[in-house]
Amino acid sequence: MKAGPSNSDAIKERFETLKRDALQRFGEIKGAEVPRITIGMATCGIAAGAVETKAAFEKAIAQHNIDARVEATGCIGHCYAEPLVVIENPGFPPICYNNVTPGKARALVSSFLVDGDPLFEYVLGALEENDMIPSVRDFPRFSMEERIVTALSGRIDPEKIENYIAEGGYEALAKALALTPQEIVQEVQISGLRGRGGAGFATGRKWEFGLKAQGESKTVICNADEGDPGAYMDRTILESNPHQLLEGMAICAYAVGAEKGIVYVRAEYPLAVKMIRIAIEQAEAKGVLGSGILGTDFSFSVSVFQGSGAFVCGEETALIQSIEGKRGMPQHRPPFPALQGLWGLPTIINNVKTLSTIPAIIKKGGEWHKQMGSPKSPGSAIFSVVGKVVHPGLVEIPTGTTLRTLVFDICGGTPHRKAFKAVQIGGPSGGCLPEAFLDTPVDFDSLIEAGAMMGSGGMVVMDENSCMVDVARYFLDFTQKESCGKCTFCRIGTRQLLNILERITKGEGREGDIELLTTLCEEIKEGSLCGLGKTAPNPVLTSLKYFRDEYEAHIKEKRCPAGMCRALTAFYIDLDRCARGCDACVGSCPVEAIFTTRDRKKAIDQTKCVKCGECVAACPPQYTAVKRVSPPHLAPRIERPQEPQE
Amino acid sequence: MVKLTIDGKEVQADEGKSLLEVCTDNGIFIPSLCFLKEMTNPPASCRLCFVEVEGLPKPVPSCRQSPAEGMVVRTDTELVRRLQRSALQLLLSAHHVDCRNCHANKRCALQNIAKFLGVGLKPKRLEPLAMEFPQEREHPNFIYDPYKCVLCGRCIFVCRKRTGYGVLTFARRGIDTVVSWFGADGPDSPPCDRCGECVNACPVGALKSKETVQAPMEAAGA
Ligand SMILES: Cc1cc2nc3c(=O)[nH]c(=O)nc-3n(C[C@H](O)[C@H](O)[C@H](O)COP(=O)(O)O)c2cc1C
Ligand code: SF4
Ligand code: SF4
Repeated sequence: MKAGPSNSDAIKERFETLKRDALQRFGEIKGAEVPRITIGMATCGIAAGAVETKAAFEKAIAQHNIDARVEATGCIGHCYAEPLVVIENPGFPPICYNNVTPGKARALVSSFLVDGDPLFEYVLGALEENDMIPSVRDFPRFSMEERIVTALSGRIDPEKIENYIAEGGYEALAKALALTPQEIVQEVQISGLRGRGGAGFATGRKWEFGLKAQGESKTVICNADEGDPGAYMDRTILESNPHQLLEGMAICAYAVGAEKGIVYVRAEYPLAVKMIRIAIEQAEAKGVLGSGILGTDFSFSVSVFQGSGAFVCGEETALIQSIEGKRGMPQHRPPFPALQGLWGLPTIINNVKTLSTIPAIIKKGGEWHKQMGSPKSPGSAIFSVVGKVVHPGLVEIPTGTTLRTLVFDICGGTPHRKAFKAVQIGGPSGGCLPEAFLDTPVDFDSLIEAGAMMGSGGMVVMDENSCMVDVARYFLDFTQKESCGKCTFCRIGTRQLLNILERITKGEGREGDIELLTTLCEEIKEGSLCGLGKTAPNPVLTSLKYFRDEYEAHIKEKRCPAGMCRALTAFYIDLDRCARGCDACVGSCPVEAIFTTRDRKKAIDQTKCVKCGECVAACPPQYTAVKRVSPPHLAPRIERPQEPQE
Repeated sequence: MVKLTIDGKEVQADEGKSLLEVCTDNGIFIPSLCFLKEMTNPPASCRLCFVEVEGLPKPVPSCRQSPAEGMVVRTDTELVRRLQRSALQLLLSAHHVDCRNCHANKRCALQNIAKFLGVGLKPKRLEPLAMEFPQEREHPNFIYDPYKCVLCGRCIFVCRKRTGYGVLTFARRGIDTVVSWFGADGPDSPPCDRCGECVNACPVGALKSKETVQAPMEAAGA
């Protein structure tokens, strides 16, 4: 640990040597006159078959006996297009191919690498402007994003520190070490950066508390617990660019005077754990981590702690308990961790995205960050957009971008010409916003005002087929299971909410349920100990606020407007549309509820039907004879003939 | 010592004490289940001991609030009472209310608090949660009833304090959270002192002692 700046020339020199070496090694790779194939091998790529694709490339290259390199990179954020491959073939611009199956891989080797035909039908776009192939810049998905944290994701090999250094990595650390801790804290304060872990607390202020805190030693913890269902930004960042995070942590440690760092990552992220471990090892070998960083007397060592994947362990005080070997239960604050955290000593906890933004802020200055996005939450926001959108994936946009731009322009809107209904932001702590809120800018304050939350950046887009009562029920089911069980309101209150919501979706809603839900939600928010309980009612409160008519339809008319709640819907076959003699649906029914009517059409036995909806999918598109209705009594009753019909 | 006002009354208090204790010392009843004087870090988990402090935007658990010079405290505002009643109703909705057959009858903290807040023991507002009987779990030295337990954690605290390692712990999550123990006197389990302190600490009827304990125990200590 070191309080003041060291000789800046000496640091600079050390760093320049590092960079020269890296450029040399990396330049060798990059400038080589052989084709280079880069495959996205983060968890999303692997899940889509990247391992098989990579093997197919390697095999085909060997078979054709050509000289080409096959390399791995992280995630570029276009999850809908995985496996994603970039081929740099000398004489062509770098070309990005989407959904590259082993078959396409073989074809690309023989056609493109051997015969020089880039196979236009497989191309997503070129990564550089050129006259030959349309550039990916022409897609809003590429051009409207503004990448700080994910700038290098999917472009560098996360397992090679030289690759990061060659792209300007660790330059910010070298710069920071020549400043005083106060100067760094001030730069972060100027930047206006707010914590990306959910609550949006000003990072500069937190660091200032950390810097001023007294204690025999201090710790920096990176919160990579990421427990929100459907969120995977932090995992992707760890898998795609772990060094940027380490650099951010080292700068933080220098600024607050910490000598130990811990990356708290859930054990369900094995690839992320592996990547960060490799990165730590390499960074120590290069002298940008460990003792005497870049020749100064500042030392900082980082270890990895694997959490066992309880949502509540992402809450900072529970996270600390968990590292201390105790049951992950949140504690009353104050004292805040910055003053009394791990083992009672000052501890700075920041999210992966927060810390990963730091190198850019130090490099380009706090003012630069402050200018980006909306004034009160400047910078970029990273969302994992999933659900009913054409182009799901990881998106980094300037804050202040509207939800409409994000959902419709960048992610392509809802598929199959279905109507957009709502967007759920912030996971189990967030809320559902309807169409009228699509012009809400994405920033901490606007979203909270609308009743949702930035949360950690999970976003689920829903179309007309989503029942808002059921969505609320889904999230409450999650939170009540994940409640640590410590405090009364959360442990029992969320379970009571869930029970009421379940009753409503089953058609057993009662007069007074809406009022009971509302008051209970208010009390749980007010009375719970930690953020989990305090925000758990949000999905219920927002859906009650914006979709109250759906609750009323369920309770008063026993009708589910979206036709999703099984107990409140029925399927029937429209005899006017059903084609005589067709039996496409019959085999699809798992319970043999479909029978043949007297005039050789099909009908559904309502006493047998389990409402799985298989027959809807099975009915040929020219007939679309299977209909879904709510309430169920609207389905016409058709008697099964005594004698089975032909 | 500091001077502060509680419910309009001026009182003197030791800054080292919690507001909850200060109130109790001055004859003001604050409903609570999980607090014990000996605790340095009260868990603030029962969510009953709320008070309002002038200048703070929201009610705070008095067990975690230190008194300060000139502080103005109200223990009986509408919001405080609403939260207390709601918490109690929630606890009761997950509680096997069977006072007549319970060994803690008339000494139970829940009965006491319900009376104070004017809440019936079987509140109509919330449906009782489903409970699967039989429910009791036997430890060699005591019997534990999860449907009576309010998860205040007092038993865990006193046990850890006495033994230094703790025989008891919380287990499971959400509504399934219970008090549990390791192995119960098996070769690998931390030994139970048979002191009976856990049973004495239980504010309700969730723990019952067996004859194996050293001294005959009081049933409920609320
Ligand atoms: C139930 C709950 C879960 C949380 N999960 C996470 C998480 O997975 N990752 C995270 O960074 N912060 C999480 N937080 C927020 C942390 O408590 C803490 O505020 C955050 O790590 C601080 O970092 P920041 O200032 O960079 O946002 C969670 C909070 C709560 C209440
Ligand atoms: S609000 Fe829920 S998760 Fe948080 S301490 Fe209370 S019971 Fe545990
Ligand atoms: S057994 Fe009694 S003392 Fe222990 S947690 Fe339950 S209610 Fe509290």
